[in-house]
Amino acid sequence: MSPAPPEPEAFPETETETETETAGPLTNLLLAGTVVVLGAGTVAGALSLGVGSASRPAPGSWPFLIGCALVVLGLAQAVTGRATDDAERFVPTSGLVAAGLVSMLGFAAVIGTIGFELPSLALMAFWLRVLGHETWRSTAVISLGTVLALYLLFVAALAVPIPHLF
Amino acid sequence: MDIGPVIDGFGVVLEPANLLYCLIGVVIGMLVGVLPGLGPAATIAILLPVTFEIEAVGAVIMLAGIFYGAQYGGTITSVLLKLPGEASSVVTVFDGHALARQGRAGTALGIAAVGSFVGGTVSVVAMSVLAPVVAGFALDFGPPEYTALALLGILLVSTVAGGGRLKALIAACLGLLLAVVGRDAFTGGERFTFGSLDLADGLDFVPIAMGLFGLGEILHSLEQRHRAVHAPVAVHDVWPSRADLRQSSGAIGRGSVLGFVLGILPGGGAVMASLAAYALEKRRSPHPERFGQGAVEGVAAPETANNAAATSSFIPLLTLGIPANATMAVIFGALLVQGVAPGPQLVEENPELFWGVVNSMYVGNVLLLIMSIPLVGLFVRVLRVRPAVLAPITVLITLVGAYTVNNSTFDIALVVAFGALGYLMKKLGLEPGPLVLAFVLGTLLEDSLRRSLLLFGGDPTGFVTRPISGVLLAAFVVVALLPLARGRRREPVDQVR
Repeated sequence: MSPAPPEPEAFPETETETETETAGPLTNLLLAGTVVVLGAGTVAGALSLGVGSASRPAPGSWPFLIGCALVVLGLAQAVTGRATDDAERFVPTSGLVAAGLVSMLGFAAVIGTIGFELPSLALMAFWLRVLGHETWRSTAVISLGTVLALYLLFVAALAVPIPHLF
Repeated sequence: MDIGPVIDGFGVVLEPANLLYCLIGVVIGMLVGVLPGLGPAATIAILLPVTFEIEAVGAVIMLAGIFYGAQYGGTITSVLLKLPGEASSVVTVFDGHALARQGRAGTALGIAAVGSFVGGTVSVVAMSVLAPVVAGFALDFGPPEYTALALLGILLVSTVAGGGRLKALIAACLGLLLAVVGRDAFTGGERFTFGSLDLADGLDFVPIAMGLFGLGEILHSLEQRHRAVHAPVAVHDVWPSRADLRQSSGAIGRGSVLGFVLGILPGGGAVMASLAAYALEKRRSPHPERFGQGAVEGVAAPETANNAAATSSFIPLLTLGIPANATMAVIFGALLVQGVAPGPQLVEENPELFWGVVNSMYVGNVLLLIMSIPLVGLFVRVLRVRPAVLAPITVLITLVGAYTVNNSTFDIALVVAFGALGYLMKKLGLEPGPLVLAFVLGTLLEDSLRRSLLLFGGDPTGFVTRPISGVLLAAFVVVALLPLARGRRREPVDQVR
């Protein structure tokens, strides 16, 4: 049996390192709505696969149960979620995350065509210089060093068939 | 107990290559523990592709080393920077950093190293005795028992996960849903593949773990990049004195036992063990006011317990095939990738791997003790690496590693997609741990449930009439209903306030 977590007052208070703003009830409500829609979609998909019966389970039986559970949990989240404060508010720096994701998708799109070296250098330079505000010098040194190390590890040492230029 | 395979296991671990993997694992683990941000689950997930080239025993020895090495590494930042590198080192901050402020950082790190060694070693000895017994018992398990065990495991992990319990259950259901994608094991028909050939064989575990744990964490910290960096406290006189050792010996003893027990339980593990051990010592102490002000026992107890728990959490994985926490779920995935199915048959069918991995923990604990104290200076220097430098290196290793899983760019896209999901989950207060664990157990759970229903002719009462599955399901109901009962009991108190 899992023990109950010790009560918070058993521990001394410490200063928090960073302050993150909590999201409002709308974020929690949107999450609940997404879960309900996902659950309903799963139920619909399960019904099209066939849910069978208890004595003869079909491919859709298990997804049907998961879909129902998602709908119930989503509705429960909608009811109780207004009072929770464990979601974080999206902030202006959240845009950096989008930029980071786009750079990674760009890497995935071209690696098959031009090998991994140049996309890796570009990705490193973007993250170091643009997202990390590193100096040009450290950007160049760290990017080249990392790509060389990966080349030696994956291509020279492990002979992994990753697309490469050299 | 036949000790022949146990001794053979030592032969396996003492092979130079395996010793090297153990050393590499422990050092990487300590480094990972030192660097706040990436936890052991993320690191193991990111390094999974590297282990494909290593044979199974060496790979798992290395991954296990990363796990328990990280438990000690997290202590260093807790003590020196008041910044826990690992969740299991959070409580070490209270007294560890207080000791550091009194100029006794060395004592805190030394006592943590000794405690980690004792806790880990006691746990391995107990594991060597207990694991074959559990495996023998579990040989009688059929589909109904596995259904109940998997359900209980997922519920317990969701119960103790950080954040809200409801959100943890939502995450677990998402994991179960993702496990459905691909061919149905019984009919061969495709499910939720949307006509994609890439999805026909189902979602691979590695990109999911790499994305959710690795990229999700990096993206989240990218958003909070203006985090203040503290200067580490100077470290000297690392070896603990006899008086310190005497003072903390009781805490180390109790921490070992408590950590071992809590590590075995699904949903337990190192975090829970460290919290419980600290609370126990504080409650037992005649001077609880010393805790938080630099009590040596306040460092010894959680550090001993987290290493003991990290070790014993291998028992349910290796003997039942049920991972007890998120990191074990990633190691479960690593074993599957290596073609090893963890479960009760493992001790009999693959004793080299089983005893090789278990015995490597003795060696790993000795390596931890030998290296942790002299290497403190190096780890302090590693702390100066800026997150802005570390993040792109980790991202690149993750993306290139993801490609090597199936030599497919689809897997890179999958990692990025799960990275975005991991980030969103963190923002929304959803823990990725229950999702990954449920994904790993999803196939086993569905197969066992369908087989059980066929076995019982569709009568679900069959689950409760079998003694083991009945007890496990009763435990499931108790765990599920416990918060409701607690909530009711607290209501009147809240009203009075």
